[in-house]
Amino acid sequence: MGSMPSVGSLTWAEPGSVGRLGEGEVVSDRDNIAASETLLPEFSRLEDERAEDAVLTSQVNAGSNLTADALVRPHTIRSDRAESLLRPDADNPKKRRHRQNADRGFSRVFRWIATGSAIFILAVLAAVAIFLIYRALPAFTATDAQMAEVRTHLPRMTSLWGLMGTLVFGTLLAALLALLLATPIAVGIALFISHYAPKRVAGIISYVVDLLAAIPSVVFGLWGALVLAPNIRTFWGWIAGALSRVPGVTVSNSATGRSVATASVVLAVMILPIITAVSREVFRQTPTLHEEAALALGATRWEMVKTAVLPFGRSGVISAAMLGLGRALGETMAVLMILSPGFLVSLQIFDGGQVQTIAAFIASMFPESAGLTINVLIACGLALFIISMAVNMGARWITARRAEFSGAN
Amino acid sequence: MRIEGTPLKSIMRAGAATIASALALALLAGCADTAPGAAVDNTPAAPATTAPATEPAGTETTVPEPSVTLAGEFSGAGASTQEQSMAAWIASFQNQHNGVNVNYDPSGSGAGRTQFLAGGVLWAGTDNVLTDDEVAQSLAICGPEGSIDLPVYISAIAVAFNVPGVQELNLSSDNIARLFTGEITNWNDPAIAADNPGVDLPDLAVTPIHRSDSSGTTNNFMSWLNATAPVAFPHSASSTWPLEGGESAAGTSGVVNVVNSTPGAVTYSDLGAIGGLGRAAIQVGDHWEAPSAVGAARAVEVSPLLEGRHQYDLAVSLDRTTTEAGAYPLVLVSYIAVCLHYQNESDGQFVREFITYITSDSAQQMSAQVADSAPITATMRDQIHSSVAAITYGS
Repeated sequence: MGSMPSVGSLTWAEPGSVGRLGEGEVVSDRDNIAASETLLPEFSRLEDERAEDAVLTSQVNAGSNLTADALVRPHTIRSDRAESLLRPDADNPKKRRHRQNADRGFSRVFRWIATGSAIFILAVLAAVAIFLIYRALPAFTATDAQMAEVRTHLPRMTSLWGLMGTLVFGTLLAALLALLLATPIAVGIALFISHYAPKRVAGIISYVVDLLAAIPSVVFGLWGALVLAPNIRTFWGWIAGALSRVPGVTVSNSATGRSVATASVVLAVMILPIITAVSREVFRQTPTLHEEAALALGATRWEMVKTAVLPFGRSGVISAAMLGLGRALGETMAVLMILSPGFLVSLQIFDGGQVQTIAAFIASMFPESAGLTINVLIACGLALFIISMAVNMGARWITARRAEFSGAN
Repeated sequence: MRIEGTPLKSIMRAGAATIASALALALLAGCADTAPGAAVDNTPAAPATTAPATEPAGTETTVPEPSVTLAGEFSGAGASTQEQSMAAWIASFQNQHNGVNVNYDPSGSGAGRTQFLAGGVLWAGTDNVLTDDEVAQSLAICGPEGSIDLPVYISAIAVAFNVPGVQELNLSSDNIARLFTGEITNWNDPAIAADNPGVDLPDLAVTPIHRSDSSGTTNNFMSWLNATAPVAFPHSASSTWPLEGGESAAGTSGVVNVVNSTPGAVTYSDLGAIGGLGRAAIQVGDHWEAPSAVGAARAVEVSPLLEGRHQYDLAVSLDRTTTEAGAYPLVLVSYIAVCLHYQNESDGQFVREFITYITSDSAQQMSAQVADSAPITATMRDQIHSSVAAITYGS
């Protein structure tokens, strides 16, 4: 087992792989334990318990017979550790007492602080949900006469449901377009960082991508409105012209470039860091054994990525994309500054005045609103809250469902 | 389980970075509103406390001395239209009155009126006058006399365009309406050419840009269009644009930027913000009137007051169809809504002093410099000052 990494790196045998070799060894150390999961079916059942006790156990075991064992039989360390992880208490009677005594003094105070923090975040979420429902309610129960008053302020609103429908459509359209643009690029960057770049270059690129996440959205908005929109409009016009050649299709084009397509490009740049960061970490976790097996069977680098890395990272990439989608859905400032809004259900993504997102709508209308109009805005906020929640729950569901058979097989 | 540990960490790292930058921004924003250290020597150029021409009848409470010593913290909220001028006024007012701290929250007309009627602020800045309902509501905090609106900020709205080689055009209300509704699609349209003999109009597509946010400018522009071109523009005024499908941008600077970068674009905006864009002269009676601060003030002056209001209320019923020479009726008037009676003595004293100051000639000239507004005329100032004299305080 221990000799595998060097065989692997001989197979790759190319300049610049020295850094990769070192990293490969580290990964393989971790992942041989993962490999033992396949050998011991009951392991995953006990995994949770292991996670809980792992730290304590390894500390307690540090000075015990395991070390001596390791000195005698170095190549069996891992299976021994796995054994002791499986039965943390069996050869360690001191452990129970240790855990009970651990919770006293500041330790107890800290437990309460931690518990309080956890309760606090739940309370905040509940407070936001209650506020949204309570303040949105008048908009849902308003009579036609009351809605007419809102319409003097928002003349393009046909009905509350009509307004919310078009806004939900616009929000999803912009976010999904952004996701469509960002995901392939993010996966590409992540693969480059984890499997292609020399270690130093990978470090720099990771840093730069993380830095993108720190740029405030209002700066992206300014850039999108002042630089991107006026320059990209001819390109969109060219695409729209090409698509319009298809019989029966008319693609209109914005003269200002302030279209959903432009807004989505900026949103894509904004969600790139989060998708890249998560994908990168997942790709790095690919069992080296799998990669080396693929290479040993004569696979090229791309075939190795296709057969070993991508299948392993698929659920991670999906949850990364969902996280990105969550950010794109709620993005306000950039959309507000870049998009010419409209209240239509329209797929004319290159034209202005077609759709609007919920967050940008609330931000643009709130300052001059009063009375029932504010309740209408909050009702739209409630819709966004529900969509975001659904997206996050979907992401969790997908990850949880795929986690069962990812990685180990 | 193990798979998720590391990505989560990097998400948190990204999140921490975002929070850090948000904090930095918030700090910067905070710096912007810190008032200048008010310890500057108070310039004796006291606000023109010209004694009101007419003594208000039936002021049962104390009449203040001309120069009162004010102290304390006073807050208003409302229209962002007045924001720039209000900031300059407040800074200067605080210099003249040591110990006075004035805040103005430019949260929007609607929000300002709501806060005012809830008793949260002493005055509201608003682009629309209080409705009769709102005046009735104000009785609860202002006492039986209720509240009044006083015009303090007048601004000309210009129809601005980006047509290469053309700086000035004569555009009738009808043509402007048809430009914005999409009926005129090219700048060389015969209807425009007919009003502009000798101007070389290019073959260029028209791109109308409206405000995407809710705005007093939109409201006044539509009100003028609807009054002067009811057939071409049959939509009643509202603070958001009524038509689907057009291009738009948020904020005055937003629309001006888009027009600047888009040949053929046309928009409406505060005159002071349009920079080097072409501007339209509008038809007033049988002549063409270019946008100007003087013309705007004149248009407000020749308009009658809104009927059925309190005797001291100066809500203007803008005469959009005036034919008066020198008047430019495409204007925005922003008001200050105040109580006619304040329970708290220092509140009342402050409101009287403050309004007297911001409507003084020097303050209006200052506003003209910082925000390109139109200074109110002397006649209007006299009217405002007699309304101010009617504001009472004490219990």
